[in-house]
Amino acid sequence: MTTAAPREAAAGIAAPAVRGRSPGRIAYERLRRDPAALLGLAIVTVFVVTALAAPLLTGLNGWRPETFDKTAIDQALGGVPKGDFGGIGAEHWLGVEPGNGRDVFSRIVYGARVSLLIAVAATAVTVLAGTAVGLVAGYLGGRVDTVLSRIMDLVMSFPSLIFMLALLSIAPGTDRVLLLVLIMSMFSWPYVGRIVRGQTLSVRHREFVDAARVNGAMGPHILLREILPNIAAPILVYTTLAIPANIGTEAALSFLGVGVRPPTPSWGQMIDNGLLWYQVAPAYFMIPCVCLFLTVLAFTLLGDALRDALDPKGGGR
Amino acid sequence: MTRYLLRRLAAVAGVLLVICAVTFAVFYVLPSDPAAHACGKTCTPEQVTLVRAQMGLDRPVYEQFGGYVTGIFTGRVLGDGPTALECSVPCFGYSYQNALPVWDLLTDRLPVSVSLALGAAALWLAGGLAVGLVAALRRGTALDRSLMAATLASASAPVYFTAMMLLLILVQRLEWLPYPDYRPISEGPAAWAGNLLLPWMTLASLYAAMYARLTRASMIETMAEPYIRTARAKGLYERTVVTKHGLRSALTPIVTIFGMDLGGLLAGAVITEHVFGLPGVGQLTYDAIFKADQPVVLGVTLLAAFFITLANLGVDLVYAVIDPRVRYA
Repeated sequence: MTTAAPREAAAGIAAPAVRGRSPGRIAYERLRRDPAALLGLAIVTVFVVTALAAPLLTGLNGWRPETFDKTAIDQALGGVPKGDFGGIGAEHWLGVEPGNGRDVFSRIVYGARVSLLIAVAATAVTVLAGTAVGLVAGYLGGRVDTVLSRIMDLVMSFPSLIFMLALLSIAPGTDRVLLLVLIMSMFSWPYVGRIVRGQTLSVRHREFVDAARVNGAMGPHILLREILPNIAAPILVYTTLAIPANIGTEAALSFLGVGVRPPTPSWGQMIDNGLLWYQVAPAYFMIPCVCLFLTVLAFTLLGDALRDALDPKGGGR
Repeated sequence: MTRYLLRRLAAVAGVLLVICAVTFAVFYVLPSDPAAHACGKTCTPEQVTLVRAQMGLDRPVYEQFGGYVTGIFTGRVLGDGPTALECSVPCFGYSYQNALPVWDLLTDRLPVSVSLALGAAALWLAGGLAVGLVAALRRGTALDRSLMAATLASASAPVYFTAMMLLLILVQRLEWLPYPDYRPISEGPAAWAGNLLLPWMTLASLYAAMYARLTRASMIETMAEPYIRTARAKGLYERTVVTKHGLRSALTPIVTIFGMDLGGLLAGAVITEHVFGLPGVGQLTYDAIFKADQPVVLGVTLLAAFFITLANLGVDLVYAVIDPRVRYA
């Protein structure tokens, strides 16, 4: 094999030039050729665009998410949607909600807004807080590290679902979205903190950090400009995988009745409501479930692909 | 080893004390009138006053908290005079809405949650490890890819969705299983397992998927280690190489996750119990939260934290057995 290249060169066959590629470039090229990543990205894009364009889309079908349509449900049968599959048809694209006839498509579209907003915001708070604590703990070490690590262990020992349920049930219901974001991040930041702390420990004594210090760089500069860029890959992967987890948590909390309150639509709330009507109108239960499933699946596909693409030991493409 | 164990047990106690303090503050100090919540919606003002006195809410906070913590170890009498309530060891407070000590409620519901958690854990461990192992050993084949696609789908489905699908297929269409209706194991293991099989499968399908993916990744990494090549070069059977050299060390990360997952489930799988109407600690929590029955919520939180910290301790001890590189000072 080693002799092949010179021989080809001698025979005048152009050997492909070795190109220098940055790690980001390599990851991008790997992602572009990964069908799973592209599928995940496509689904995520569809849902994000849907959420952003919610007012436009409900303008197209002409139903606000809070509007009741008494003509679409059978009052005599206790509010069962008229027609097959939960009343799916030209008027109501995904059927109507049993009992009050609200348009399911409009509620799904607006529900996507709420679900994605909460999940993304909670992930952002989690990652920012976790990264800050992890960086400081890993970089300063010593007593600061011990205290911060103990706090992280402690928070991780809390039975988070029970505590989130309990906190949300006694909290005053002024701004549920903000409340959900804060309470969801309150129990997940130590997971990022631990990862970041470990990564920081492994790079803080590397030569480039010493070099920066010798050049007179101060703590903040070393942390943000030297260490952070070098541990960005695992944080990025964690972020992508935390979003589907948070979408699931938000849906679970709304499903259990402590999430966003009606009339604000949310997928978990629709699923909870759909469970009551499951026997007579299964479509109303299935549609938000499938949306939730697809979103979580898509973000997970994307996160997994990103992890593989950023792995320096990964395939040599 | 003994010193290590003692140190860890002390840490466990410390963690539980802090969690107890935080939970106590959230439910007994922050609300404007905890006694009114604890007493329930139908209480008369006189009853609320009585409850307030019995819960010791007229005393300073540190005294209330001290009384609560010592009550766990020594038991206590709530209130005085003819209306005093006897709360025997371990006293986790008294649920006025249920007219029972919290500990009695917990012990009444615990067998359901433990049955659910242990059965599901057995299923997901067996399923997850088997699928992950097969996928790792057949890495890159169509079998590997289809197994991993299936686990991804299974892990992305919300619990209630899986629950309803299994219910629809296995109970309503095929009629293979009865609708889950908890039977204690004393009524015969067959009735117990038959009724729990559906909830077990629901929980297990979620966790097995994660374990399969984890096992596959860990196994692939381990099988690339030089000592695996050495084992093969010694002429060992491939089966021995895979199980004794590969799987054993690939198990370490799985043990960690397993401890955390099992610890979290022992004190109740809230959603699964809620969907199937199982009378476990999870359902007790759900009901207590919506009735603002704070003594019960505090008790459940402590029980759950106890299981989680204990499971973490268990994990560290198991490490020493399966991973000879781990030593305790």
